[in-house]
Order: sequence, then structure tokens, then C-alpha cells
Amino acid sequence: MPKLSARGSSQPVWLLPLVVVVVCLLSGLPLARLLYAGLRFSLEGKATGLFTEPATWAAIRNTLTTSVGGMVISVLLGATFAFFVTLTDFRGKGVFSFAFVLPMMIPPQVTALAWVQMSGPASPLLKALGLAPPLGSPQPLYSLGGIVLLLGVQHAPLVFLALKAGLASLPRDGVEAARLAGASPSRVFRDIILPLAVPGLIAGAAIAFVSGVGNFGIPAILGIPASIFVLPTLIYSRLSSFGAGTFAEMSQLSMVIAVIAGLGLTAQQWALKGRDYRIIGLSGKNAAFSLGSFRLAAEAGFCLVLFFVLVAPLAALVASSLVPAYGVPLNFQTVSLDAYREILFRQSVTLTAFANSLFLAGTTACGLLLFTVLTAYLLARRPGKLANVITGLIEVPYALPGIVLAVAFILLFAAPLPLLNVSIYGTIWIILIAYFSSFFAVSLKPVASAFLQLDPSLEEAARLSGAGFSRRMRDILVPLIAPAAGASVILVFLIACSELTVSALLWSAGTQTLGVAIFNLDDSGSSDLASALSVLVVVMVILLMLLLEMLAKHLPRGVLPWRN
Amino acid sequence: MAQLILNHLSKDFGTGRPAVSDVSLTVREGGFLALLGPSGCGKTTVLRMIAGFEQPTDGSIMLGERTLADGSGSLPPEKRNMAMVFQSYALWPHMTVAQNVGYPLKVRGVAGAAWESRVRDALAVVRLEEFAARRPSDLSGGQRQRVALARCLVTSPDVVLLDEPLANLDRHLKSAMEETFREFHARSGATMIYVTHDQGEAMALATDIAVMSEGRLMQVAPPEEIYARPEGRIVGGLVGQGAILDLALADHGPRLVPWPAIEAAFRQTEGPSRPMLVRPEHVVADPQGIMLQVSSCVFEGERFSLSLRTAGGQSLRAYSKTAMACGVLRPFVIRQGWLL
Repeated sequence: MPKLSARGSSQPVWLLPLVVVVVCLLSGLPLARLLYAGLRFSLEGKATGLFTEPATWAAIRNTLTTSVGGMVISVLLGATFAFFVTLTDFRGKGVFSFAFVLPMMIPPQVTALAWVQMSGPASPLLKALGLAPPLGSPQPLYSLGGIVLLLGVQHAPLVFLALKAGLASLPRDGVEAARLAGASPSRVFRDIILPLAVPGLIAGAAIAFVSGVGNFGIPAILGIPASIFVLPTLIYSRLSSFGAGTFAEMSQLSMVIAVIAGLGLTAQQWALKGRDYRIIGLSGKNAAFSLGSFRLAAEAGFCLVLFFVLVAPLAALVASSLVPAYGVPLNFQTVSLDAYREILFRQSVTLTAFANSLFLAGTTACGLLLFTVLTAYLLARRPGKLANVITGLIEVPYALPGIVLAVAFILLFAAPLPLLNVSIYGTIWIILIAYFSSFFAVSLKPVASAFLQLDPSLEEAARLSGAGFSRRMRDILVPLIAPAAGASVILVFLIACSELTVSALLWSAGTQTLGVAIFNLDDSGSSDLASALSVLVVVMVILLMLLLEMLAKHLPRGVLPWRN
Repeated sequence: MAQLILNHLSKDFGTGRPAVSDVSLTVREGGFLALLGPSGCGKTTVLRMIAGFEQPTDGSIMLGERTLADGSGSLPPEKRNMAMVFQSYALWPHMTVAQNVGYPLKVRGVAGAAWESRVRDALAVVRLEEFAARRPSDLSGGQRQRVALARCLVTSPDVVLLDEPLANLDRHLKSAMEETFREFHARSGATMIYVTHDQGEAMALATDIAVMSEGRLMQVAPPEEIYARPEGRIVGGLVGQGAILDLALADHGPRLVPWPAIEAAFRQTEGPSRPMLVRPEHVVADPQGIMLQVSSCVFEGERFSLSLRTAGGQSLRAYSKTAMACGVLRPFVIRQGWLL
């Protein structure tokens, strides 16, 4: 007679311990290490004297200025766009949404590079058009204002998406009832829609602020040439000028970033209090305001905005990848594909970067999927407090600014591994582990929502058919969640492939990633090569996004960040 | 095969009120038991404990000599040799009809020609042979239901569990499927347990009905008996049509109360009252009877259904061949009643 097992659940006994161990290693351990270092160094605060330096306070001030300023621009841009796209009879909503969200998926250093190529005296595009300012005049984007503007553009899609999710559930009948009650369209907007949109607006603003605090790519490209430092770039420069107190300073600065980001989220919690408006009623159709004759003007306006934030910078990027050298105007005599030839066939640095990034992104995307499927299964089948803790632990490293996570991994792996006595610091493996930690949440989300949507009786029927855990996984569950698993792999690959912040701190000779290569090429003045590499990255991003777009109808709702 | 025994079975999800408490029940070999009760009464939890999806907090489940579950542990569902038709049918959308039906065989290592012939036989029983290569999404609700049934048939399970399998079908399909279930039961000889909240289904299909309410088992009996001799107010109200009258009847005497005793009780206003179930077919218009007021009269096709009110304000139901005006007083005789 078969033995009775002690538990009636569908999960094998090893599943929970495995997931807990993996999550603790990837999330708990680095976070605990950082917290420990930060607290210890803070208690011995006088040892570093970090907070007596004016540079530190300037960086804190700059961080606050740029992230608050960026947030304001993001909210203005994102909210306007969200209101028009969800509430009016605006045409081409799908295409506009895709184009508007694209800047979010383009790596920030590429955005910054594109804007630098678009403006300033050396812009090949402006030169070709004869609009360039005289040589020697300053690049206007190398300033706090430039950083604010670009952070605003980069994070506007976050506000757009947060707001769109809330507005999309706003039922048409609520608006129609208000119209019947005698309210004019503008009155309906003020009295009904705006109050209901406030939670989304607050959430979007908070995400934009926190993302601004942690952004490294934009202030690195725009700030460092003008000696304007924010906290992430200050950490980076401290690491470059490695000294005795470096670890202590870096962990303290990371703590400051974490505290600022935490304050932003606390402010959000406070602002959201008492604003939990659950929408009652059928939210089938969206509310639709007719724009009338104003529609064409609105559409043209958005085309213009998209031209300036998306088309023009990308065109400038392409233009500067086609000129033979910095400062040369682009025309039929000068145009050449040398830069592409150089990065694809000659430069060993970029070739290594390609190999590294493809290896890191591919391994992260596929390797994480294995844990993700098991974790998502566990979370779906075993809801409760422990599941919430596990989800929280997985999300923290993703929510945390990348630079903070990188510091945590440096602290964790600076010394050789115990027992093995091997150091992975300076190898590609430290980047890989940091990516596993950072992108666990990205990988988990599509798979977890697919499991939650799955009718549990599909698995129960397989159990009664006699299929054990691995058999059910193979025959029933994995085939059913396959589209979401595919989306998870592509999303992680997409983000990891052009990632800069984490690898900027963790790379060393031979382990540079594409993000680092773009940054270094630009830093060393090879803007044509940096642009060519960026163009390839943008093309790859767009292709992968289109691939996901084709998968979209097989995916659970909310899996693709640019759709809902 | 052997009889299925539930022994003081209890399940507490920790919500403050046990979902199932102290249910003891024996299903004879080859029996067809309907678990009947309103939603939330614990019948589905009992079914899921028999299947092995939930572990009992207390008590045990035996299949013949084998212990399937007790307070300390439980045999996983994959080792129980049971099959189930789910309310949602639980067909796997990525497999064809034949693959769905043949999956339990595949797991048991049956392949090749043996697999094909057994799948074909199972599909033949539910008359779906020509749909073997289709996907479940191409089928209608009734056809999906039959695929789910064929999947149960294919391995000759010891026990077949059915979780409100007809809840999602329209009335016309329901009666056709009831016929299929009856055939299936006769043919397979498996012990079947059928969860439903529809007493009509339960009576039409089952050899035994178990009525549950608020986690407790109220009564187990064959359909005719549970209809004629229900135990207690809850079973009386749940099974069949009827009204419960509170009348001052004597404590002793038979539980089947004849008209003279009922008439006497109507005249008696003193003394403690006892609940008595009156079926509508036993209430007939008769000049010898007591006066009741017709409060509504609804045409139901083959007859009229009357709602009646006694002088004391209690409600009764009756059938009539002719229409009666609302509000009139008419004499009725209650041929018999059943003391609950």
C-alpha cells in the first residue's frame, strides 16, 4: 500500500525550501549585506567624513533637483497624453501609445546620447540642415536643465501607463450619468474624471521620481562632462578613483539614495491615503469625449511632440553614426558606414561587449525562467503571508535603484567566496548574479499572472489522471503558460541587453557590456562609434518590442509594460 | 472495487466555522450518491477531500480496506485511481479531444495501438468518435462535457466524482446529459458521487441522496424515501416541493398524519406546535375541507400551481386543473402530512 503523505497539497516537499533559498540568496543576502554595511559605516560616521564634504551635499541637492524637475515634466507630458489617448476619439491610439512608450524601453544613456547629437554645435543633423550653433558655443544639454528635461522625457511613459490603467477602468456610464445630470464636458472632466484619476497620477509621479533618483545613464552622459554630479554618478566616480574609504563611502551614498527613494514612496503612500476609489459598474467601454474640430489640431500637436522627443533624437543618432568623425557635417560626400564596420568587425572592445551582453541577457532570461516558473507556481498555489513576503523580497531589488543594488553586490563579493576561496569580483559572474537578482521581478510578473489566470481544475484533472508534479509541469502547466514564459524571456532579454547602471559599477576589463561600451566610447570622444552602437541597440529594442506585440493576444493582461 | 467509507470526516479552513463537520457516510459499491445542498454547505469540500485535493482535519476516508486519508496524512490524488468531471470541464486547451481523453492512459504508460483503441472506445460511448482530432475550443458545451466524461471512462476508475457537471448547461441539454450519466453509470459500474444543488438532478440520477447543510450531513436515503420521509425541517424544505405547517399535533402517534388528525389540529389553537411537511399533490379542493385563501394562481403548462394561505397566515401549495381567482376562499382537504 502506498504511504500517506503528510500534506495534501499539490506542491512537492522540496519546492518551498528551494524557492525560499533562491530568493534569500538573490534578494535577501545582498540587501542584508548593504544594510549591515550602511549601518556600520554610519555608526562609525566620522571615519569617512563623507558628510562634511561639500561635493556630497551638492550631489544630494542635484539629485533632488533633477528628480523633482524630471517628475514635473513627466507628469505634464504623460498625463496630457494619457487623458487624450484614453478619453477622446483621438485616432491611431495604438501607434501613438507604442511610440510614446518607446523612450522608456530605450536605454537612458542612448536617449542622452541621441539628444546630445541632436543639439549643440557638433550635431551632424543640425550641420546638415545648416542650423548648428557656431563651434565653441556650449552644449546646452550639459546642464542641470538638460538632465531634468531628459529624465522627464524618459519617465513620462511611466506616468502615462500608471494613469492609463486607472482611466481605462473608468466606465463610460459614469461619465454619461454626469452628462445627463446636466454637467458640461469640462465640468465632467473637473468633477468626475480628474478626482478618479488622482490615484494614478500620484502613483505615476512617485514612480517617475524614484526612477529619476536612481537614473545613472542620463546624468552620466550629460552631467559628468560639466562636472555636475548626482548621487549615482558620484558613487561611480568614487569607485573609479578607488581609495581606502571607498566601500564605506559607497555604501553610505547608496543608503542616502535608498532613503530618498523611500521618502518618495512614503509620500506616495501618504498622498494616496483615503483615495481608494474602486470603480463600480461595467467598465466595458471607455468614456469617450468627442474632440470635434479640435481633433486634427490635437493629433498634429502630438505628432509634433513625438517628433521632438523621439524622431528627431533618433534621426540625429543615425546621422552621427553615419559621419566619419566628430564635427563633420553629414552629406552625400561624407556619409559612410565605417562606424558600423568598425564596431561589428574591427574593434575587439565592442565585439566583446556584444558577446558579453548577449551571454548575460540570454543566460539571465532563460536561467531565471526556470526559477520563475517554480516560484510563480508556488505563489499561485500557496497564497498567504509567506507568498507576500517572497513576492516582496523579489520586487525590492528591481525597485531599488540599480546603482544601489550594484553596490550591494560589490560589498557581498569583494571578498573571496567562503569555503570555495574563489573571488568572482571583477568577473562576468558577479554581473550575472546581479542581473538574476535585479530582473527576477521582471521575469516573474508575466508567468505569475499566467498561473493566477489558469483554472486550477486543469491541474487537478491531471492529478486525478495520475500525473505527478514533474509530469504535470511538462504536459499540462508549461504548455499552457508558454506564451507568458516567452514574453518573460524576451522582456528580460530586452532590458538586460542594454542595461548600464548595474554593469557600470561591476564591469572590469573584458567584461564590459553594451551599455558600458556605449558609455565608454562616448566618454573617449568616439561619438560616431557610440552612436552606431546605440542605433543597433535601438533597432534591437524595437524589434523585440514588435515581437512581443505579436505575442500580445496570447498573453495575460498587463504583461507587456506598454499595454494594458 | 469496494465501498467508500467516510468516517467522522471534518474540515476546518481556519475561518472560524468548520466547512465540513463530522460527516459519516458509506457509499455502497457501484452506488450513485448525490450530495445535495445549498451552495456553501460543504458538499464540494467533501468531494475534494474524497479526490484528495483537500486534506481532512479530522476523520478518515477509506476505500474498502485502503485508507485514503486520515488526520495525519493523505494519499495524493494521482495515486487514488479516481476520476472527476469538473464544473468547468477542465479540458486541456492545448490537446486534441483524443489526447485529452487518452491522457490518463498515457500517464499509465499505455501507448500505441492499445492507447488508440481504448481512446476510440471511450469516445464511442459518448458518441464523439468523429471529434477525436478537434480541439476542445471547437466543441459546444455539451460536447465538452462528454469529452470530460470520456476521460473519466477511459481508465475504469474505482470512483467517479462529478462536481455540479450540469450547472453550465441549458435545460434542454441537461436532460440529455442526465441520460448519458445514467448510461455511463450502468455501463461502468463505478461508484459515483455527484455534487449538486439541484434536487431534480439528484432525484433523477442517484441511487442515494445525501443532504448537507452548513457542513453537516442531515440525511442519507434513496430518492423515494427521502422524498416521502424527510428528517427535519432542512431536508423537508430542500427536497421536493412542499410547505411546512406548524400545527398543534399530538406528540405520540404516527409520523404520517392522516386528514382527520390534520383537521383536528387546525381547530386546536392551544398547545405546542410541531412542523409538518405538506406536499402540493396532497392538497386537493374538496367541499369537506377547511377554507383556504388563494393568494396566487400560476399556469405551469400541464396544470395550475396555487399558493394558499390558512386562516392563521401560514402558506401552502397545491395543484389544480382549473384556474382560480386570486383572493377567493375555497375549501381544501390535506390528504396527508409528514411530521418532520
